[in-house]
Amino acid sequence: MECRKINVGITGLNNIDSPGPGMPVIRGIKESPCFDARIIGLAYDHLEPGIYMKEWVDKTYMIPYPSKGKDALFERIKEIHAREKLDLIIPNFDAELFSFIKLESQIDQLGIKTFLPTLEQFEERHKSNLPGYGKKYGVDVPKSEEAFSLNDLSNILRSFQFPVMVKGKYYDAYKAYSPEQAQAYFIKLSAKWGYPVIVQEFVDGTEVNVIALGDGKGNVISAVAMRKQYITDKGKAWGGVTISDVSMLELTHKIISQTKWRGGMELELIRTTDNKLYILEINPRIPAWVYLAVGAGQNLPEALVKLALGMEVKPYTSYEIGKMFIRYSWDMIVDIDMFSKLVTSGEL
Amino acid sequence: MKLNQSIAISENGFIFNPATGDSFTLNNTGMQVVSLLKSGKTIDDIKETLTAEYDVDTMILERYLQDFISDLKRNNLLLEE
Repeated sequence: MECRKINVGITGLNNIDSPGPGMPVIRGIKESPCFDARIIGLAYDHLEPGIYMKEWVDKTYMIPYPSKGKDALFERIKEIHAREKLDLIIPNFDAELFSFIKLESQIDQLGIKTFLPTLEQFEERHKSNLPGYGKKYGVDVPKSEEAFSLNDLSNILRSFQFPVMVKGKYYDAYKAYSPEQAQAYFIKLSAKWGYPVIVQEFVDGTEVNVIALGDGKGNVISAVAMRKQYITDKGKAWGGVTISDVSMLELTHKIISQTKWRGGMELELIRTTDNKLYILEINPRIPAWVYLAVGAGQNLPEALVKLALGMEVKPYTSYEIGKMFIRYSWDMIVDIDMFSKLVTSGEL
Repeated sequence: MKLNQSIAISENGFIFNPATGDSFTLNNTGMQVVSLLKSGKTIDDIKETLTAEYDVDTMILERYLQDFISDLKRNNLLLEE
């Protein structure tokens, strides 16, 4: 097989206790026999571990936080592209996707490909829009409402039974057992992620997830179902196992074919004791456990790169059941010179 | 009743349900019951086998066996035909 040389810009190098998907995406691409990839890390924080993992990330550039606006991001991408000749960029954070989607055509004009959901797809699956989404596509979702103030929160809580889930706009979720607890979480989440804060009915059951890739035409290119085996205090899976759940995969196909989803996605689901599947969240990007899909036989990052570059991609139709991932942490020893170079020059 | 055909049973008593991701460990007796179920034996057959093999009161055996069967059913390992 011909091995194509590509330069890939990747965000999400924060391989920490609540990891971004960047490093496992890089692993998938590096292991692909189709590509000889030079990885250009795009980092927001000087301490994102991937920056210092030189066997995986060839070069890293700091990029401006999404709060600086899309124009600042575009200017930085132009600077980086002038030096690195990027073939594509894979953004991996929810919070940055809006800017990248808005910049998609401008980035494309530079000759850099992306493979992202449309703005409509991105917006309609927001946690705060989930009830409407459930109605539109005929899928079960828990009751959710948006709170923009403590006053809103008090009014909303009157129509909920405790416990309730209190969720940040982009990340983080807490289970609240009383109005006082809900208020404390509201303040914490709004300070971190802005408004709205979402109040969601608590659905008891087993947490299961699907990672998937849609081609934008309604076809599922890759889909793997996983059961979380160990969940951290931040709600992240620290261990998981691939499962053979036909109804989860049917739900994924239904959503992708109806929405014509383009790009990576993660369905966060709850299976209740009476065997009903509820969608808790639809994350519009590849999740951090993507390497389990690679290990089970579906190299989703490779398929995403192919789609972005306009190459032919055959949909995966099966994966190994009973493959597990177990996450671990590892202390790297890094010379302060590397850190100082990054801090002072914005690249490493 | 029959054993859920999709479950994977290893010789050391580890059971994995690929549909749910649940896993269980059985002791030797539990493993013996599951093996007998797998070979198509009925509950009455199993009761007979265990009574012949172990020095156990029939009433006690029945009670423990029924508890174990209930556990298997509750965890979707044993299905109604």
